[in-house]
Amino acid sequence: MSQSELSPGVPPPTHANTINEQQHGIWVRITQGPGLVSVLAVFVALVLGGLLIAATDAKVATTAGYLFSRPSDFFSALWAAGTDSYVSLFQGSIYNSRQGFAPFLETLTVSTPLICAGLGVALAFRAGLFNIGAQGQIIIGSIMAAYAGFAWHLPFGIHLLVVIFMGVLGGAVWGGLVGLLKARTGAHEVILTIMFNYVALYFLDFLLNTKAFQRPGETNPISPILDPSAVFPALPGSRLHLGFVMAILLTILVAWILNRSTIGFEFRAVGANPAAARTAGVNVARSTILVMAIAGALAGAAGVAQVAGTEQVLTAGIAASLGFDAITVALLGRSTPWGTFFAGLLFGAFRAGAVTMQISTGTPIDIVLVVQSLIVLFIAAPPLVRAMFGLNRKSKNKHPKTPKHAAPAPAAPASQGGGA
Amino acid sequence: MSAPAPTLPAMIRPLAPVSWKTPIMLSVIGLLSLVFFGFAGSDQSATFGISTGGDVFTLPDLVVPGMATGIVLGLGMCVLAGYSIFLAREHRPTPGWVPMVFAALFIFAFLVWVVSGARTPQISLAGLIAGSVTLAVPLVFGSLSGVLCERAGVVNIAIEGQLLGGAFSAAIIASVTGSPMLGLLAAAVAGALVSVVLAIFSIKYVVNQIIVGVVLNVLVSGITGFLFTTVMQEDPELYNSPGRLPVIDIPGLSAIPIIGPILFRQSIVGYLMYIAVAAVWIGLFKTRWGLRVRAVGEHPKAADTLGIKVNTTRFVNVVLGGAIAGIGGSFFTLVAIDSFTKEISGGRGFIALAAVIFGRWNPIGAFFAALLFGFADNLQSILTIIGTPVPSQFMAMLPYVVTVFAVAGLVGKSRAPAADGEPYVKG
Repeated sequence: MSQSELSPGVPPPTHANTINEQQHGIWVRITQGPGLVSVLAVFVALVLGGLLIAATDAKVATTAGYLFSRPSDFFSALWAAGTDSYVSLFQGSIYNSRQGFAPFLETLTVSTPLICAGLGVALAFRAGLFNIGAQGQIIIGSIMAAYAGFAWHLPFGIHLLVVIFMGVLGGAVWGGLVGLLKARTGAHEVILTIMFNYVALYFLDFLLNTKAFQRPGETNPISPILDPSAVFPALPGSRLHLGFVMAILLTILVAWILNRSTIGFEFRAVGANPAAARTAGVNVARSTILVMAIAGALAGAAGVAQVAGTEQVLTAGIAASLGFDAITVALLGRSTPWGTFFAGLLFGAFRAGAVTMQISTGTPIDIVLVVQSLIVLFIAAPPLVRAMFGLNRKSKNKHPKTPKHAAPAPAAPASQGGGA
Repeated sequence: MSAPAPTLPAMIRPLAPVSWKTPIMLSVIGLLSLVFFGFAGSDQSATFGISTGGDVFTLPDLVVPGMATGIVLGLGMCVLAGYSIFLAREHRPTPGWVPMVFAALFIFAFLVWVVSGARTPQISLAGLIAGSVTLAVPLVFGSLSGVLCERAGVVNIAIEGQLLGGAFSAAIIASVTGSPMLGLLAAAVAGALVSVVLAIFSIKYVVNQIIVGVVLNVLVSGITGFLFTTVMQEDPELYNSPGRLPVIDIPGLSAIPIIGPILFRQSIVGYLMYIAVAAVWIGLFKTRWGLRVRAVGEHPKAADTLGIKVNTTRFVNVVLGGAIAGIGGSFFTLVAIDSFTKEISGGRGFIALAAVIFGRWNPIGAFFAALLFGFADNLQSILTIIGTPVPSQFMAMLPYVVTVFAVAGLVGKSRAPAADGEPYVKG
């Protein structure tokens, strides 16, 4: 199955606009490049989300009744409905006059697991693998980390390191297993990871009802609280914990792996064209197993950030929808480490701000899902976004439309070997 | 999707080395069953109720001793495994009926073991089977959608979104119009709409189909969740009380024990399920249209060369599949319960996807796979009631574990259409 096609794993085809390059290379780079498309995609998604909010707004509905007699009422209500929600989203995630920048710390807290898991998904993308399994890897990571956190009583300092190690190990095993099955049997990783997600979910559910994991004297499926020595130190007055620093370090690490290390070069080679990579002497099977294990380890780190940072306890909903959000984070970040980092911050801000938004304007949190998925849809289809803003016309009027369309073609042969 | 497909014609296959995978797997499972279900089985007897109150004639309950039945069935499995080993030594492949009979024996042995070990070792077989079929209805529709899309070469991860979209619009349209039938229609339209987005992005804009599918699930979940809170919960009387589709009882036939209720006592959605399975199977394998669809899914370039419009075919199939999954979604809000809640499809779209693969991209295979998964789902809830030694979570895992085994080729090999997931760019 094709991953390399338009998955962010493939670096932007810089060779695509050779013909126009001389004349308006800069214009083309700005309008056809990924940067502007990303910004426009976010913009369009926000506008569409705002329209959805406005469409269900009571005031907009009443003013629409007398639209033709006093259109200004309708449009001001429309504007107010859309923008009020976004203003409170901003106030809940970045800054408001009452709390200052405290909401921003909450944004950083929320984005920590998103960044870690997003890095895992992004790394796999770069190697041409679709890691839908971050959810399961987070769960297994959380289970291991939480168990080490509440069942073992170790000295301060060492305990946290052990917790991190166990969480990362759990994720790596769960991800690596998928890599192993894919490398050995050729089974598709999308199917495997989806199935593994559910197995992990039910496994967690099972564990939380056993003596080893259930908090003594509790009938609800909830674990004991982690030891104080097992959790990340937090910034006083906020929920922001040292896990965020871990996320930054992991971003640097993944950037190093991908751009500077031999193994990262092999990953990218396999992602771009597995057949060619094999011919060039890359052990594709080993690379597949390793990349899934590292991706799982990163998701496991997200699990650690959850149990040893934000929640400090293991519950059935520990992974929430983090694993699926991580996919959108990686896609928005175009699978580059720092892109993923900032995409994680953006979606973290959405998540953090949505809580405030729901309280103050009554707009349901679900709007975040809508905006998030629209952003990714638009980013994945740059021609659509460019068409919306009339940016395609330049190359359409000029006869050679081919270079732009030629871009997907070279990827096609690569994708055929993708499943092998 | 899988390793390089065997391109040699089937006739020269006997010369190829015979795989030992199947014999080994069968032997391992057979011996384990013999030990666990047989020798370590319970000494209680298991009682299976066969008839229900309304049947024309009453069959006596089936009472079997736990351990003895386990041993007999376990030995049966070992015999089949031995036969498979014998064939492999003769360099002959294991015929298809062996794993099927094996699986049937395994399921029965498991059932006897689990029931005889329970606190109250008694279940109603009729209820178990009827419940399984009911739970399988959305799975069957979802998997038919998957089969239609993937046979044409478009991976459909968005089944979950199609089911959810169908469930939502069925609820809201049926509530507003007061007609569940219009709700059913709206469900098909909503499923098709989700599919249109999938088709536009994956076919016209050549976006990776898996990305679109994953994102569409999130999008539909977001939109339905948003509208549920802002519209439905504001006025549940008006927007979220769709009423139910009536159960249509075919007189006489529905009173046959066991098969009566599952075939002749269903809602319209239930009957549509049987029709849809037959229609998709005949359509795909017995008509010219189906041949073209499969050609597009296996080798789009060849199909294009012969004048088949590849992308149009794909578009039509994806939209058709969406409509079918949408109807399946209406099951949640018009048949199972009569209101919509957030995430009412609860991941069943992914089980349907599993059924597609486990059913080897064949409508009938997918139907039985969906039944099996419905069976596991229903058994899980029944077992929780009668109190069994197996934690219910492991039963719930079963469909997923079975699918992993299926795709990993540990029990037979399930191979996707060759061009599944490959966008087709002409030229």
